[in-house]
Amino acid sequence: MRMISAAKIKQTVAKLCIQANLELRTDVLSSLKSAYAKEKNKRAKDILGAIIKNARIAYDEKLAICQDTGMPIVFIDLGQGVRVVGDLKSAINKGIELGYKSAALRNSIVGDPLNRVSSKFSPAAIHFDIAKGNRIKITVLPKGFGCENKSQLKMFKPTAKIDEIKKFIVDSVKAAGPDACPPYVVGVGIGGTADYASLLAKKALLRKQGLSPKGTVHVLERQLLSMINKLNIGPMGLGGKATALAVNIETYPTHIAGLPVAVNISCHALRSASAIL
Amino acid sequence: MNINQIKELKVGERIFLSGVIYTARDQAHKRLVESIKKGKKLPFDLKDAIIYYCGPTKTPKGKIIGACGPTTSSRMDEFTPALLKAGLKGMIGKGARSKEAVAAIKKYKGIYLLAYAGCGALVSKFVLKATPVAYKDLGPEAILKLQVKDLPLIVGIDSYGRSIYVKK
Repeated sequence: MRMISAAKIKQTVAKLCIQANLELRTDVLSSLKSAYAKEKNKRAKDILGAIIKNARIAYDEKLAICQDTGMPIVFIDLGQGVRVVGDLKSAINKGIELGYKSAALRNSIVGDPLNRVSSKFSPAAIHFDIAKGNRIKITVLPKGFGCENKSQLKMFKPTAKIDEIKKFIVDSVKAAGPDACPPYVVGVGIGGTADYASLLAKKALLRKQGLSPKGTVHVLERQLLSMINKLNIGPMGLGGKATALAVNIETYPTHIAGLPVAVNISCHALRSASAIL
Repeated sequence: MNINQIKELKVGERIFLSGVIYTARDQAHKRLVESIKKGKKLPFDLKDAIIYYCGPTKTPKGKIIGACGPTTSSRMDEFTPALLKAGLKGMIGKGARSKEAVAAIKKYKGIYLLAYAGCGALVSKFVLKATPVAYKDLGPEAILKLQVKDLPLIVGIDSYGRSIYVKK
């Protein structure tokens, strides 16, 4: 057994919160720059320019990329050969508080979803998974709620045609329209169960852009991206080519009686950071 | 912003705003409208005021304000007619508005402006001063008075009720 202290995990989570919120992912920045180069609509180009400039200012001045520093989502892939010494869950939430506080991020979490009093930095939404080996992978994804509010789930019949599924995904982007800060990255989860498809859609956002799997999923992603970018929603919803930067699909086996499809949209400020201990 | 200036602004136009704006989002809107209904005094003068749908981050050391981009405006739609009726003139946010909100903007000759969405760090550079005004208990949703200079905006809905989001 390899021992890892809860204190080490707390420090790592804190560091990842700061990195994710202040430094835009390089793959996302590259996609934005390539969208800027391709954009012909003058206003859309101006907005993409502002988005790129915003990332620069955030990085240089240690400011949050977006004031909505999200509900922190933490993915833990825990190697079976690791023993965490101390309270893992509490270490994660304390790490969130430490990171968010020290970088002056936003306390966007209400302790009770119904009475909604007092804003806090934590808790995070935490997903644990078991992995092989003796390492622990920690990923922090601060998810803003402008885009999280546009999430969709549909339980299709197992005999559904692929065109129906495509329509659902494109319609989800249409429904988000200008509200969720396009250009989007569209995360899609297909298969599993209702909860599993939703998780896959969220996890799809973590995939580095340009690293699409080969085969039918890749083809589907290309087709959907092209369909979405014909919607003319564009940056800020004011028209243009760049409605989405990418469509990322993750799949999983499912039941003979169903075909769950979940869509999780990210705004252009797709933020995440990972570390392996 | 006075009524004559607002009348001149056309949908889609780019403007640079200098002056005072007040941040207010979901919970602050709920409280403002409740106060209006009960005839209570409001924490700031709504007459000809501009509200910015924004909840900034905490303020980093040495900064005037943290990241402070716009939040989704449509969540405030249900409160907008009552505020316009009470004297509000302008709103700054992101995204489309409901039919009812557009109709109220037209009726009360108001204006809806769009700020660079998802660009909180950039927007913070146009804020000269930030002062807390009310509802401190709401944390990031408290009302702040912001002094802004040359804040870049796009006219989203003009005082004639013409919206930038209407499909041609």
